Amino acid sequence: MTLRATVAELVREFRASGRIVIVGASLAGLRAAETLREEGFTGSLTVIGDEAYEPYDRPPLSKQVLKGWVPADHTKLPRMREVDADWRLGVAAVGLDRVTKQVSLADGEQVPYDRLLIATGTRARQWPNPAEAALHGVHTIRSRDDAEQLQKALAEPPSRVLVVGAGFIGSEVASVCRELDIPVTVVERGSAPLVGALGGVIGEIAAQMQRDHGVDLRCGLGVSSLEGDSEGHVRRARLSDGTTVDADVVVASLGSIRNVEWLEGSGLAAGFWGVGCDAGGRAFDINGVVTDSIYVAGDVARAPHVLYEYQFLAMEHWDNAVFGAEVAAHNMVNLEPHYRPHLLLPGFWSGQFGVNIKSVGVPPFGDEIVFTQGSVEERRFAAAYGHRGRIVAAVTFDHGKWLEYYGKLIEQSGSFPPPPPGWDQPPDMKPMPAEFPDPRVPTGIPDVVLTGHAPSERTAEFRPRRH
Amino acid sequence: MRIVVDLNRCQGYAQCVYLAHEVFKLNGQEALTYEPNPDDDRRLQVERAAAACPVQAIVIDRLDGAKRGETP
Ligand SMILES: Cc1cc2nc3c(=O)[nH]c(=O)nc-3n(C[C@H](O)[C@H](O)[C@H](O)COP(=O)(O)OP(=O)(O)OC[C@H]3O[C@@H](n4cnc5c(N)ncnc54)[C@H](O)[C@@H]3O)c2cc1C
Ligand code: SF4
Repeated sequence: MTLRATVAELVREFRASGRIVIVGASLAGLRAAETLREEGFTGSLTVIGDEAYEPYDRPPLSKQVLKGWVPADHTKLPRMREVDADWRLGVAAVGLDRVTKQVSLADGEQVPYDRLLIATGTRARQWPNPAEAALHGVHTIRSRDDAEQLQKALAEPPSRVLVVGAGFIGSEVASVCRELDIPVTVVERGSAPLVGALGGVIGEIAAQMQRDHGVDLRCGLGVSSLEGDSEGHVRRARLSDGTTVDADVVVASLGSIRNVEWLEGSGLAAGFWGVGCDAGGRAFDINGVVTDSIYVAGDVARAPHVLYEYQFLAMEHWDNAVFGAEVAAHNMVNLEPHYRPHLLLPGFWSGQFGVNIKSVGVPPFGDEIVFTQGSVEERRFAAAYGHRGRIVAAVTFDHGKWLEYYGKLIEQSGSFPPPPPGWDQPPDMKPMPAEFPDPRVPTGIPDVVLTGHAPSERTAEFRPRRH
Repeated sequence: MRIVVDLNRCQGYAQCVYLAHEVFKLNGQEALTYEPNPDDDRRLQVERAAAACPVQAIVIDRLDGAKRGETP
């Protein structure tokens, strides 16, 4: 047999009877499993998830579920096809041995794999003081259980809710509170809501929107401590300016932590920002060498993106999980030159205060912004972000239909400011600074992280040159 | 039944709201919210809504629940 024929035979054999393990049974894990079957993989497929539930969708949790319209257990994801997997739910993966190719589970079992997909996502950052975090009435929101508990607390209703952190999720919680006519205070360390993701110019608009809806918004402040009553229920928060806020529900919306601890000691490039991988989803080891058998997708992955100067992007966006999973799954059962790249133009949406906020591209990559359509006063507009004379992102408030127009320009590295779309043009189209916080100052809660290179995080071993 | 709307794609045309208003609702001018697991007796309505969506943003499960013997 020729070498080529042997390789082809090996691929065929792997597709027929290989063993694939997926760790993380949520959006990325499920879509990867479906794609593997779609692509003709008939070998054994094991999906490991530490939550006891079958894969469900998270975006509704902070929106229609909190509002009480949709029960938390009504978020199960649709199945695109049969996946015929061995589902190990309610048990966490606790270790990875790349030499013996085994994943160890919390119940002591070892699961062998030929190819592994890491899709363990992120978890909510908890309130930093454990005693205060344990007070009744202190919530975070990431899982179905979290949403169910918070929804119940909101239904009581509380006399006041305190939201700590005005990123997307915090802002959505505040919005739901106002829809339910619950008094709400939002405390944000940055200068405005959404400032990490969309910058200070848009942040100001978001701030005004919150205030117009009766949110007691306090920016440039932190919460220094939470105080409970004798029954251990939270009652008050002390802010960094010495003032206090009385609240019986506190939602800590402090961003997320990537679920990488189980990979410690595996030698993979896994750390604070996630698991590094190439644009095809293949994980890097700590030396920056690509692995052949381990793939990453979803919120836990960070990969270089050609449109953004090959910076490693970590994206906590729904479509990134879907598309990243599809690409990784495809590459798991194919060989070069049939690999596909994960070159999605990033995008997300958020619904808050009756406004549909959407974005394409990577706003924090831009340093300038220009309003290109609509009216800021009416909160119906589009704005583009620029970096060195090219358009790198766009944001819309109730102008979602125009996103595609901007998306195309971004994909083509079009010029900034972009050519006027010739519709609904504002009188003033002068670019101005977008006002993103200094990335080195850990203030805002970015949903996309431009991770770059952190020399202090150097984990590779450097050997002296031998003569 | 289970559905998910790809809200990156959705352009708020409200076709789905028109055809299945118990399942799809607009919150404001164009922010869509929906019941992800509507009752099975709404299937026809939801299928009509999915077919009518101009950008094909509504994904409906192709299975009636998971396969027997498969957990979940
Ligand atoms: C409340 C909320 C609202 C959101 N709203 C929006 C929105 O409006 N728009 C948008 O674009 N995105 C939104 N997102 C983000 C979106 O939900 C995520 O991008 C998406 O869920 C990522 O999917 P994933 O599969 O990568 O990770 P996850 O959904 O985090 O899934 C990872 C899974 O792996 C499990 N796991 C972790 N560690 C282990 C282990 N060691 N062993 C076994 N299992 C493990 C976790 O428990 C989890 O079930 C929202 C997220 C939340 C929480
Ligand atoms: S019909 Fe489609 S585009 Fe219109 S609101 Fe419904 S899901 Fe969105």
